[in-house]
Amino acid sequence: MGSRKKKTTERRNDGKGMQFRVVGTALRKVDATAKVTGATRFADDLFLPRMLYAKLLRSPHPHARITAIDASKARALPGVKAVLTGKDLPIPFGILPVSQDEHALALDKVRFVGDPVAAVAATTEEIATAALDLIDVKYEPLRAFPDAIDAVEHPDPAIHDYADAGNIHKLIDLEFGDVDAGFREADLVREDTFFFEGNTHLPMEQHAAAADWSPGGRLTVWSSTQTPHYVHRALAKVLELPAARIRVIACPNGGGFGGKSDPFSHEVVVAKLAMLTGRPIKITLTREEVFYCHRGRHPTLMWVKTGVKKDGAITGMHFKSLLDGGGYGSYGVASTYYTGALQTVTYPIPRYKFQGARAFTNKPPCGPKRGHGTPQPRFALEVHLDKLAEQLGMDPAELRLRHLVPPNSLTANWLRVGTMGLGRCIEKVVAGSEWKRRFKRLPYGQGIGLACSSYITGAGLPIYWNAMPHSGVQLKCDRGGGVTVFCGSTEIGQGSDSILAMIVAEVLGLDPLHIAIVTGDTDLTPVDLGSYSSRVTLMTGNAAIQAAERARDLIAPHVARKLEVPAERIAFADGRVFDVEQPEHGVAFAEAVQLAEAAEGTVGTVGSYTPPRSAGRYRGAGVGPSPAYSYSACVALVDVDPATGIVRVPKIWIAHDVGRVINAASVMGQIEGSVYMGLGEALMEEMAYRGNRNVVHKIPSLLEYKSPTTLEMCDVVTYVVEDPDPNGPFGAKECGQGPLLPVPPAVANAVYDAVGVRIDEVPITPEKVFKALRRKDKGEEPRFGPTRFPEIPWPEPTRVPPPWEGGDGTAAGQSVGRTLGRHA
Amino acid sequence: MPDAKAKIALDVNGEPVEVAFAPHKTLLEVLREDLGLTGTKHGCELGECGTCTVLVDGTPVLSCLVLGLACAGRRVKTVEGMADGGLLHPLQEAFAELGAAQCGYCTPAFLLTADALLAGNPHPAREQIKEALAGNLCRCTGYIKIYEAVELAAARMRGEKAEPARETLYGQP
Repeated sequence: MGSRKKKTTERRNDGKGMQFRVVGTALRKVDATAKVTGATRFADDLFLPRMLYAKLLRSPHPHARITAIDASKARALPGVKAVLTGKDLPIPFGILPVSQDEHALALDKVRFVGDPVAAVAATTEEIATAALDLIDVKYEPLRAFPDAIDAVEHPDPAIHDYADAGNIHKLIDLEFGDVDAGFREADLVREDTFFFEGNTHLPMEQHAAAADWSPGGRLTVWSSTQTPHYVHRALAKVLELPAARIRVIACPNGGGFGGKSDPFSHEVVVAKLAMLTGRPIKITLTREEVFYCHRGRHPTLMWVKTGVKKDGAITGMHFKSLLDGGGYGSYGVASTYYTGALQTVTYPIPRYKFQGARAFTNKPPCGPKRGHGTPQPRFALEVHLDKLAEQLGMDPAELRLRHLVPPNSLTANWLRVGTMGLGRCIEKVVAGSEWKRRFKRLPYGQGIGLACSSYITGAGLPIYWNAMPHSGVQLKCDRGGGVTVFCGSTEIGQGSDSILAMIVAEVLGLDPLHIAIVTGDTDLTPVDLGSYSSRVTLMTGNAAIQAAERARDLIAPHVARKLEVPAERIAFADGRVFDVEQPEHGVAFAEAVQLAEAAEGTVGTVGSYTPPRSAGRYRGAGVGPSPAYSYSACVALVDVDPATGIVRVPKIWIAHDVGRVINAASVMGQIEGSVYMGLGEALMEEMAYRGNRNVVHKIPSLLEYKSPTTLEMCDVVTYVVEDPDPNGPFGAKECGQGPLLPVPPAVANAVYDAVGVRIDEVPITPEKVFKALRRKDKGEEPRFGPTRFPEIPWPEPTRVPPPWEGGDGTAAGQSVGRTLGRHA
Repeated sequence: MPDAKAKIALDVNGEPVEVAFAPHKTLLEVLREDLGLTGTKHGCELGECGTCTVLVDGTPVLSCLVLGLACAGRRVKTVEGMADGGLLHPLQEAFAELGAAQCGYCTPAFLLTADALLAGNPHPAREQIKEALAGNLCRCTGYIKIYEAVELAAARMRGEKAEPARETLYGQP
């Protein structure tokens, strides 16, 4: 496509001092009408002629060897068109290059109750389900590991044939300066242990996928996936088909939250079944199966030790985490690094040590859920700081305000912070909630708590190593004046399609309704890595700005020639292209495109985006760097019933530094939705298993997995803070994940303010509060939470001098010139 | 062998319809699979999430728990029947305007439940809206934009010239 010969005009995307027509308004989303009329086609809404239905047989054992599978009776059932078992799809896959440990169907071993073992294609779902009962699988059960501590302490039998040690999938030990020296300088040193229970995304849409194989040898797969590009790669690998013959279409996701970011068994299986039967085929998971797909929040045990001066300044921090990974790798290596990465971007930590471990266990695999690996340590850190503030006799808001990471600085672990609006966020929620009047002054049973957080706006490095852009946009200008934007991004409800329309409309001076959006289709759209890590607005936005600016630069000279003015005087606004010095002197955008098309041929451009190079160059430095960090502050008001331990949250104040608002209504929706999900995690959501009964999931249903209804959801007062970041499109940073993070610790801190007990474990259930109150009554430590962090065979630490100790971002003794720091 | 199909006549979105289907099928399945009305969604097919809500004779029901056969002669309204020709229903308009539909998957059910609420109570208080919608789960919005959209639509349906509050769209100053 398009001309790239002209130099793009200077980027002004930090947006400071800019006047906007579209950016910052509350526009109706481009897909809003389809969504309110039921016209949006989700994956399960696809019905193709002669379509078959697939079902998966899943393991009833948490850990077992498969000794034999006999599917002959299933194959003989009328209506059954094909049966697959592990040997039909023997090539492993997985989202991370270092964890290619999944098979579409178990090859020789199952690793959790619900692990897929066989698949059936039949003319109806009923026949497919009946056929599953006819498949005879012989298992030889193995000892199962119900939790991370058990897995750490028992290396045999190994769940996988690869691991850093026994059943410990990953071990990390990073040291940025001498933390012990930091503790020696401190006026106060405190240690705490926390546990964050696992929970799941619970999208309202169950995962579904459909596939069609054309006799000409091309495969099409539709799926409710957040990451069509990674599904594309996995399908090519497992099916041994050239990627060029596979088309993956990401249907609009009925909610994702990270749960549809891995390539999944059911996607591979329908593709293979379509190829075998020559008929289109669909699979829709039951709600119970969605719980087995999981990839949700890792249950995480944490220990933190911090030294502080009398004024609250941190002198050193040592943080340990142990993640319960479940049966497969998924994003787990990255998740483990994330439990140690972002502690440093809120309050200055001059010396920092992080040790992280992820264990394999016999439960559904954990992975990325909204906040990916950072809500757990953020909960620990913010409650820990609340305790430190109390010991220092400081107001916890004041402690944080006094010690904020400065903008445009490097952290101990070499993360580059750009703009930093946390101070303004704290001020907003403190004023709005009347914090000073309420904190420590509310009647017994009522309390108020504060917490802060930060999150990445996209990861600095891709999931698989490559030097290509993270996001690409193609732009086609029609001679009728319409513009079509093609981008591989995936609409999961966060409004990413609308962001593309608004940004292109802003640059080209068009009505967003004149812009058509084509996304998430590997045949039609350039690669965008997917809807995860809050990367989409920043990365697709920057790519879209580049493509639109190139279109502007392509069109402007031809209009200038017609108007007989210099090209620099050409402006684009209100659907016209005109001379800025005589605005009435101009042409309609459609005519401008026609002038350019007559002179240059088809008018199209491309844009792409690659994040800036990260500063850290040590092994492990790949997780944490981001083009920009968002910041949030939260105050929660709680009512605790001391007789029952029931915690109600009537109101939450949240302030979020989003850099620059692109779509105001979407920003509000993302912030409120994050608060909601954080509230669910704080109070009730948990993946619970019967460890002593075959490690079965206790509650794989929407009724028993508690999530907030309208009756539990609190009022939310939202403040949108804008501190435009030069790396963001017009200055925009993320808002879809960060505002979740401060909610659980704010609630925990408020519970302490209300009834004087520390609940150092999420979710904060009535039972835990009640037990802590009983302990308080008996004169014991008024607390509920873990007391022990197990012995872990940590490796030799990677020692990286922090920037102020004269380092260059490499580890001591690291060979110069090697680019390390990927998820390895 | 599959069961012999049953045939019923009913009113779907104001039009008489005859449809034949396996007698064990739920209303949800009949709507989606036999009538092609895929606007009605499912989240559990066990009556837990409210996502499949449609109106039967004006009352919200969980279509995953109702047999198709039980709807013979009844009036069924789905999301496809909400707009009046090319004109969106005020609830649809308000949901679109405020971003009360994010992923949009639970949206049809919320719209129909709210439609039934407003039919019986044109001026519901916030608590009454929460009560009416308590059986519908949404994982995207935190429900807030949904309440605000129902209130905005209710005001407009009462004939008021209502516009969204600035804080609704832009947050507190």
